[in-house]
Amino acid sequence: MPFEALVGACLAYVALMFGVAYAADRAAARGHVRWLDHPLVYTLSLSVYCSAWTFYGAVGYASRSGLEFATIYLGPTLVFTGAWWGLRRLVRVARMHHVTSVADLISARFGKSNRLAAIVTLIAVIASTPYIALQLQSVRLSFEIFATDAPNGADAGAMGGTALWVAAGLALFTILFGTRNLAADERHHGVVTAIALEAVVKLLAFVALGVFVVWGLADGPGDMLARIARTAADPAVAEGWLLKPDRWTALILVSAAAILTLPRMFQVMVVEAADEERLHVAGWAFPAYLFIMSLFVLPIAVMGRELLPAGSDPDLYVLTLPAAAGQDMLALLVFLGGFSAATSMVVMCAIAVATMVSNHWLVPAWLALRRIPAPDETDDLRGFVLNARRVAILAVVAAGWVYHQASGGTAALAAMGLVAFTGMAQVLPAMLGGLLWRGANRKGAYAGIGTGSVLWMALIFLPSVGVGGDLPVPPGVDPWTAAVALSLTLNTLAFVGVSIFGFPDPVERLQGLSFVSAVEPIRHSRMLRADDRAEPLLAMARRVWGPDAALRYFQAEARAQGKTGYLPDLTPRFLTRLERRLAGSIGSATAHAMIDRVAGGVALTVADLLQVADEAQRAKEETQRLEAAQAELTRTARQLRQANDKLTALSVQKDAFLGQISHELRTPMTSVRAFSEILKDPDLTVEERGKFAGIIHDEAGRLTRLLDDLLDLSVLESGRAQLTISVANLHDLITRALAAASATRPERGFLIDRDLPSEHLGLITDADRLLQVLINVISNARKYCDAAHPVLILRVRHPEGGGAVIDIVDNGSGIDSGRQQLIFEKFARLNDPARAGGAGLGLAICREIMLTLGGDISYLPGQGGAAFRIQLPARPPVPSG
Amino acid sequence: MPDRPLFLERASFHRRRLGDAARVLPVLTMLLLLVPVWWMPGSLSYAGGAVWLFGLWAVLIVVIRALHRALLRAEAATMRAEAPPGDPDAL
Amino acid sequence: MQLDILMIEDEPNIAEAVRFILSREGWQVDLHADGAGGIEAIMAARPRLVILDLMLPNRSGTEILNDLRAADDADLAATPVLMLTARGQARDDGARADAVLAKPFDNQELRATVRRMLA
Repeated sequence: MPFEALVGACLAYVALMFGVAYAADRAAARGHVRWLDHPLVYTLSLSVYCSAWTFYGAVGYASRSGLEFATIYLGPTLVFTGAWWGLRRLVRVARMHHVTSVADLISARFGKSNRLAAIVTLIAVIASTPYIALQLQSVRLSFEIFATDAPNGADAGAMGGTALWVAAGLALFTILFGTRNLAADERHHGVVTAIALEAVVKLLAFVALGVFVVWGLADGPGDMLARIARTAADPAVAEGWLLKPDRWTALILVSAAAILTLPRMFQVMVVEAADEERLHVAGWAFPAYLFIMSLFVLPIAVMGRELLPAGSDPDLYVLTLPAAAGQDMLALLVFLGGFSAATSMVVMCAIAVATMVSNHWLVPAWLALRRIPAPDETDDLRGFVLNARRVAILAVVAAGWVYHQASGGTAALAAMGLVAFTGMAQVLPAMLGGLLWRGANRKGAYAGIGTGSVLWMALIFLPSVGVGGDLPVPPGVDPWTAAVALSLTLNTLAFVGVSIFGFPDPVERLQGLSFVSAVEPIRHSRMLRADDRAEPLLAMARRVWGPDAALRYFQAEARAQGKTGYLPDLTPRFLTRLERRLAGSIGSATAHAMIDRVAGGVALTVADLLQVADEAQRAKEETQRLEAAQAELTRTARQLRQANDKLTALSVQKDAFLGQISHELRTPMTSVRAFSEILKDPDLTVEERGKFAGIIHDEAGRLTRLLDDLLDLSVLESGRAQLTISVANLHDLITRALAAASATRPERGFLIDRDLPSEHLGLITDADRLLQVLINVISNARKYCDAAHPVLILRVRHPEGGGAVIDIVDNGSGIDSGRQQLIFEKFARLNDPARAGGAGLGLAICREIMLTLGGDISYLPGQGGAAFRIQLPARPPVPSG
Repeated sequence: MPDRPLFLERASFHRRRLGDAARVLPVLTMLLLLVPVWWMPGSLSYAGGAVWLFGLWAVLIVVIRALHRALLRAEAATMRAEAPPGDPDAL
Repeated sequence: MQLDILMIEDEPNIAEAVRFILSREGWQVDLHADGAGGIEAIMAARPRLVILDLMLPNRSGTEILNDLRAADDADLAATPVLMLTARGQARDDGARADAVLAKPFDNQELRATVRRMLA
């Protein structure tokens, strides 16, 4: 196979993966997730378990140790026999808490402790780096196999760079598709779909090779069994192939632990799962996948041994066997299969470990460094988290590459799969204990994970890289098995022992209850009864999710409470939900800390805890209907209360309305009357006469404007307004509005921030009326924005279904949340100390105009200044009658 | 309880027993995988062992699939029958 | 020489009219245009008469009047106050004032009231 053709095939394959991932992401963005959510895609994505270590290494393993290779796949099968009550429960609890990684799960369970998560992350990084190096090495080796066969000879420099190119390409792919968004419930449809496709390629390649070996090289299954028996007759082989029961047991247990704790497996199995339903299919389909992948391993090992010259590397039999038989196309397919096995593992592992590194190392460190929580923090946390993930992905892949270059040797890396398995297995006691035993506590988890990981470092990891020796054990005992047994046993003992004597803090007991009983957690902190905290919370969510997603979430929550607007009441239920959604983006410990900081939660006491536990117990016993009825009642009550509040406020306003009209009319009238009387005086100079006549003229104009406004409002309110519908370019309207409004306080130099391309949009509406609204809002900003360097931001978005959304935001101090509901009412600026000459009818008119045009105008809280959103429909409503 | 139709009890009972089976399965699997190897590793290491292992594996897959289907059906049946929650096991 | 009249009024045109009318009678009129700082302006100027608008930005006329009446200095606290109000029905707002004049007022009435209060 020419080297160039091979590279071409790889590039074509990689292009296909990019295409599939891109298409899947786009489909998901449009909401077409039905087939992306199919249980089959989920099952196939689980096959990321079968890395290059499986694809190439299993045959090598089998040729050295016989059936022992199967333990790596029997362990997961054993776990999946418990899919119904075990894995479903794990997925449900993890989804409930929006867990982002295995480290986050441990941290969330044990009192949202970030330090614990950071330790688990450290183990994951140490275990993953050589494992990734192993994948890069397998790709490099498979390239070399083909290149030595290349007739025209491959360029040696290109060969040496293979691992680098592969690493760079994978990092790019992972960054492109793994860090696109930071929404809560974060899932990577593109990556998962690509991985599912790679699983098919892997399986097809391996099955094709197996069929070729069993029916092409051998003479069917009967003959194959006979050949296996014949090979085993060799005493040297028989010695290696003899199953050692202790190793057999330890390997099955360790690989069973690995499927639960390996970062990439947790990512695809738990984090990427939409719900636990897909385990109904995956419960049998994933063991079936492993079964098929394992079925042909022994035959390939035996045939390779028979047909290939002595001294060939058994780890590469899958490639050399078809190549030696002259099956070039089959060899290429197998090569691509191995390539896809390696790439899918690196991509998934990089995403999983990078999420842990950024959520548990980088973000907490960054937040801790910026200790002063300024109330109006507007920095873009979302951008930081995404960039942290990108950097972490690069670092994880680069570390794998560096390790690969530094170690170089085949033998040093071959054992790394098992080393990684045993490392992550140290997390298992704390994980299982946390899910099943309410008594498990944080100190126990520290003790267990600490003991286990130190022993793993000393007895397994360091010896594997050539530092220190094996555990001194009596003859007849396998040193690796002894090390595994010792580390896991002491780990479990430390975990259980310390847990028994420790006493968990209230947050931890609450989380423990939620994890073990799989009931919805309740955040309990006695909030200062302060509704104005909702806005800072929104501002915080905005920093994490971006403005639109945050607003949408808050609006939906407010609506669920039966409120209008964007600010829900700070009920414990809402805070719990918000915290868990945030945890889905930045991890539970950080989310908890951030909400506490903003919402000013009070530390939990045992009395609170008892009350909450009580509530949780009752909630569990309540029937669905009762809950629904109660929610309905609460909603109605809240609606009523809101309506009542508004009515009360309105009636105060109504009382003041006449007084206000009177004041607004009397003020200009006073000047007119006084000066007209003065003008009667014959002793005035000409200048005085001119000046006083001017004042009378101005004040008469003011009276006229006021009367016009009142008339305008009454026409609009009564629905008798005549609209002149035409097509207008929004860009021109905004430009005209800015020009017209610049007459307001012209001494204020505003920095205008516009996004011109998005403004060019044809609107079917009443252009003059819309212009009136724009001028009014912009003039208001000019009047009231109190920033030293005022900035006005105008953004136009084009929603689905046509129309436009225009956001006008300034950088002043905004409007108090208490008054946001009232500003659109008539004379809302009554009692407003900062009233500046206007009658207070402007926004009321704006709202009436927008309603008449079929749109709306609303105040957007939490934007760092006063912010108005003007929404226009695709076309104005047809007037009825 | 005579005031309730008999099939309600049956559906609930059936589902519970299937749930028990799902709990027992992993333990049973573990025994089937480990005990023979401890007992007679010599005769399970080669061709005969391969037949035993892959045969057992295939049966396991079929059993999990059958169990999951039965559990789904049973859950749907109890859901339809609206068995009261907290229905005691005793029958 | 003591200041005759201090006027606290935020509407510049009304202030201009009042000042013009009263200056022609020979009184000296100073102006303060904001509710904030109103009481300090009175304390600094110690006028013989204060003309106070009811609706002022930042601090209402009623509040300033209360501040003045609560002043420690008995002479200052007794300063006569003429309240101007544009709210038709809210005459009781000026209850503690020595006189109340509704806007729009008759120039002659203003002159007469001030003359009586300064007498």
